[in-house]
Amino acid sequence: MNGVPISYYLALSGILFGLGVVAFVFKRNIITILMSIELMLNAVNLAFVAFSRALGQFDGLIFVLFVIVVAAAEAVVGLAIVLQVARNRRSLNIEDVDQMKS
Amino acid sequence: MPMLDHIWILPLLPLAGAALNGLLGRRWPREMVNFCGVGSVTLAFAAALEVAREFFLLAPGQIPLVKSFWPWIAAGQFHVDFSFFIDQLTLVMLLVVTGVGLLIHIYSTGYMAHEGGYYRFFSYMNLFMFFMLTLVTAGSLAQLLVGWEGVGLCSYLLISFFFTKKSAADAGKKAFITTRIGDLGFMIGILLIFWTFHSLNFTEIFAGVASFPVETPGHLGVMTWICLLLFAGAVGKSAQLPLYVWLPDAMEGPTPVSALIHAATMVTAGVYMVARMNFLYVHAPVALLTVDVIGAVTAFYAATIALVQTDIKKVLAYSTISQLGYMFLGCGVGAFSAGIFHLMTHAFFKGLLFMAAGSVIHAMGGEQDMRNMGGLARKIPWTYGTMLAATLAITGMPFFSGFFSKDAILEAAASGPNPNRVLWALGLGGALLTSFYMFRLLFLTFHGERRYDDHSVHVHESPASMVIPLVILAILSVGGGWFALPKLEGGANYFFRFLSPVFHASDELAASGRGVEPMAVGTTLAAGIAHALWQPAVGVALLGFLIAWWFYIARSNAPRRLAESLHGAYTLLLNKYYVDKIYGSLVIRPLLWISTNVLWHGVDESVIDGAVNGSAKTVQSTGKQLVEMESGNVRSYATWVVIGATAFTSLLLWRLGR
Repeated sequence: MNGVPISYYLALSGILFGLGVVAFVFKRNIITILMSIELMLNAVNLAFVAFSRALGQFDGLIFVLFVIVVAAAEAVVGLAIVLQVARNRRSLNIEDVDQMKS
Repeated sequence: MPMLDHIWILPLLPLAGAALNGLLGRRWPREMVNFCGVGSVTLAFAAALEVAREFFLLAPGQIPLVKSFWPWIAAGQFHVDFSFFIDQLTLVMLLVVTGVGLLIHIYSTGYMAHEGGYYRFFSYMNLFMFFMLTLVTAGSLAQLLVGWEGVGLCSYLLISFFFTKKSAADAGKKAFITTRIGDLGFMIGILLIFWTFHSLNFTEIFAGVASFPVETPGHLGVMTWICLLLFAGAVGKSAQLPLYVWLPDAMEGPTPVSALIHAATMVTAGVYMVARMNFLYVHAPVALLTVDVIGAVTAFYAATIALVQTDIKKVLAYSTISQLGYMFLGCGVGAFSAGIFHLMTHAFFKGLLFMAAGSVIHAMGGEQDMRNMGGLARKIPWTYGTMLAATLAITGMPFFSGFFSKDAILEAAASGPNPNRVLWALGLGGALLTSFYMFRLLFLTFHGERRYDDHSVHVHESPASMVIPLVILAILSVGGGWFALPKLEGGANYFFRFLSPVFHASDELAASGRGVEPMAVGTTLAAGIAHALWQPAVGVALLGFLIAWWFYIARSNAPRRLAESLHGAYTLLLNKYYVDKIYGSLVIRPLLWISTNVLWHGVDESVIDGAVNGSAKTVQSTGKQLVEMESGNVRSYATWVVIGATAFTSLLLWRLGR
């Protein structure tokens, strides 16, 4: 049980989440953006697992399972949308998808 | 006492008629409108007669009879019931209002037969009857005020009955606004009464007033203020100087309206109110002096204007103002019963004069200018006969009704409880002018040469529905004075004795204050003085007749030559002393200027519109800037989400950290 302290896991989780956020905001490719979302989700998962282990409770693990399920569903729907966008616009640039403005 | 116990039904009868005609009458045939409109007033008249019958069965101790029905307003110490106050004065007013009102309603079915908005006319007329009956039966000043304002509303509605005509609409507004000026004083007076007596019920006011001293000129107090403020309301409502200007313009309304509202009933409401509050007025001699000075001056002043008017209805309008002045003169000199007596006879003969004038206008196909009439006597004999009776009555020819009532007032002015020789002389001068302009009207209209085109105007006598009310009123105008048999030597003086309980306290107080005996009833001394004083009154009436005869029958070019030789005076009278113009430049123009530049452009456009439009503009520009956030760009949304989440998290951490 001794070994790596929890703060290391949390720092790694924070770094991963921050990378995800930065990628989400700055990247233009839709698939990359989807990937950055997955990165953020998994950063959170890491934090959950780390807390679960540190506190000796199963709640975190169960949350992680849910998050994985949601992430899978999201990937399915997201990729389907991406496919349609790519077909209709012949582009994967997020800046071409701005028709919903006021 | 079935009717007295349910007196509240009486005013509600015309209200029901007004509601039925107003709500449903549009689709009804004319007969049905007549049935409702005239029927409801007939019922009201019958009810008033029943009230009179039951009233005479009451024991003297039961009068005044006060009937309270249900509470109306109860707030703190302010408590007003729907209550009715029935005494001799109420009874006289009830019978006059419903009786003359019924005749005029019948007359209207003939006169208005060819006008549009027939149902609307009768609905308004019935509504007027409701408010007028509320006014005269009210048991408190609050209820009286409801009637007071209600008749003003109906007056407005009926003056501007032909609302597509601009002059009629303007006249309606003028009447409403001018009377409102007086009503402001009236309402302040009512508040002052509540402040003084802690009640608005007549019984409590009259009981409370006894503890107040008579306010002599050196010691003016609240009584004088109350009376003057109440009188301001009467000045507006009864068209006295200086607020009389609306009444001549009110002639824009249909003639039955002029007869009912602007001659017989509504305009006399001020006189009724002053007489009703006589307990207060005798405590304020200064206010009484104001009443009789304004009355006498108005009586003379309006008569001078009537001398040169050419519109038949305008002559009668100024005549009405003048006669109302006589009533106030009577009240002001302490002879309240004489004022009320003149109110009653005036309702008969002036109602008749207006209706006969309406019959003339009807016969002439709408012509109102007397210069285009002449020689109508043989063509419309019934109208002529009734008009002659009314003219003899108003000029005070012996043994016609006006003779008794006007002489009672003049005599009171000379030798009553509060005599004043100057006012008596003014009243006498007014009587001379009255006689002149009334006979002038009669001669111009009915005698002399025909001055209209016989081919274009087909003069015809009015239908029976118009002539019959004329005849009934003519009988009343001729015989109405005999109700009173005033101080002819040994006369029974019925009317004055009948009303004396109402004015008893006033008469006594006036007597004790001045050492003059109260309205002497047939004593030989009073009869002697009276006898001496009749002579001038009858004399001036005859003199006025002779002058009019000389001017308009014997020497028909004399009026023109006199007008030329007295050009200045003639123009002054023709322009009604320029009062309308003076009011226009002194009151209306400054008010309009203030309204336009300060209230409209200043307050309304800058402040109110500025605030409303300013807040709208702020919201709009904020929205325009916020709309930039809604770019459709997913990355910018994401940035906002990150910023928001960061801010929220930092706030959370900061709060938890403390």
